[in-house]
Amino acid sequence: MTLTAVAWTVAGWLVVVGALGIVRSRNLVQTVVALSVAQSGTYVLLIAAGFQRGATVPILGAGGAGSTPVVDPLVQALVLTDIVVSATVTALLLALTVQIAKRHGTVDPDELRALRG
Amino acid sequence: MSRRARLVLFGLGAVGLAVLWVVATGGLPPVGTDVHPYRDAAVAAAAAHATANVVASINFDQRAVDTLGEETILLASVVAVTTLLRPADDERVEPPDPPPAVLPATRVAGWALLPVTLLVGADVVLHGHLTPGGGFQGGVVLATALHLLYLAGSFPALQWVRPTRWAPLVEPAGSGLFVVTGLVGLAAGAGFAANILPTGVLGAPLSSGTVLVLNVVAGIGVGASIVTLLGQFLRQEVVIGPEAAS
Repeated sequence: MTLTAVAWTVAGWLVVVGALGIVRSRNLVQTVVALSVAQSGTYVLLIAAGFQRGATVPILGAGGAGSTPVVDPLVQALVLTDIVVSATVTALLLALTVQIAKRHGTVDPDELRALRG
Repeated sequence: MSRRARLVLFGLGAVGLAVLWVVATGGLPPVGTDVHPYRDAAVAAAAAHATANVVASINFDQRAVDTLGEETILLASVVAVTTLLRPADDERVEPPDPPPAVLPATRVAGWALLPVTLLVGADVVLHGHLTPGGGFQGGVVLATALHLLYLAGSFPALQWVRPTRWAPLVEPAGSGLFVVTGLVGLAAGAGFAANILPTGVLGAPLSSGTVLVLNVVAGIGVGASIVTLLGQFLRQEVVIGPEAAS
């Protein structure tokens, strides 16, 4: 397989596997982790899109930059944003999980049927 | 919906997504080529403002407004977690149990790594415009340092620092200073969050203009928000318990 095929396949695979984890989950903590796995597919997609063979880090003045091309820094900045948002969403979902565990006494999504105040 | 039906539905969706994925990625340019128009534009813009770390230049100069949005998402999440994890009506705050015995080696390592981690965090924040790092990464390292106290088995010491008292105030202060820095650019007539400070020489510690300022501001905000988040979860675990049956 070429590098292109590997990169796009891994990115898509991570999204699907993460979604499968959410669907099959029997524990809300596992659901939250599976969501993080699905999100990491976007990191692979973005970083692969910015890759260039033989290019160096996007730090000016380092690693012979100027003569050597650098990889795309824009996608790296987007990945940073992506990671921050993913971390905040994870924190929020875990806080919800704590409350659900306290109110309903279970973290199995299949057992959460009734709405309760 | 039964689990089987849910899995079948997921399988159909996954197959559909796979087909669309192959079609969509088949039209993309191959990975690793030298055609990167955004890279060319971003590197030129970073060099014009003497910011060695092009990623920092993008986050805190070229698209600083987006980063303000990111910072706001963080603030919103902290507010939401703090709201969700406050003691409920039928719960009470109780003094923490005596901490479980921790190996002396763990305790020593925790306390020994505390100053080192604080120093690394400050370094990552302050050199974010020169080397990989920046306010977001450094802020997380700084917040980690504080919680080494917990890992060292010193929850009382962590409580003495009272992170849940000051961190929720420092977090919005960080976001607020980000807005103030942006408004200064607006007042100077250059536009919101424009890089109005002298940018200095590429690679110098005091270069890159507002990128350095915004890195520090974001480092304060992110550090405080991670401290708040972890503090809320720890408080939930250690000192909040169900009300004793009376």
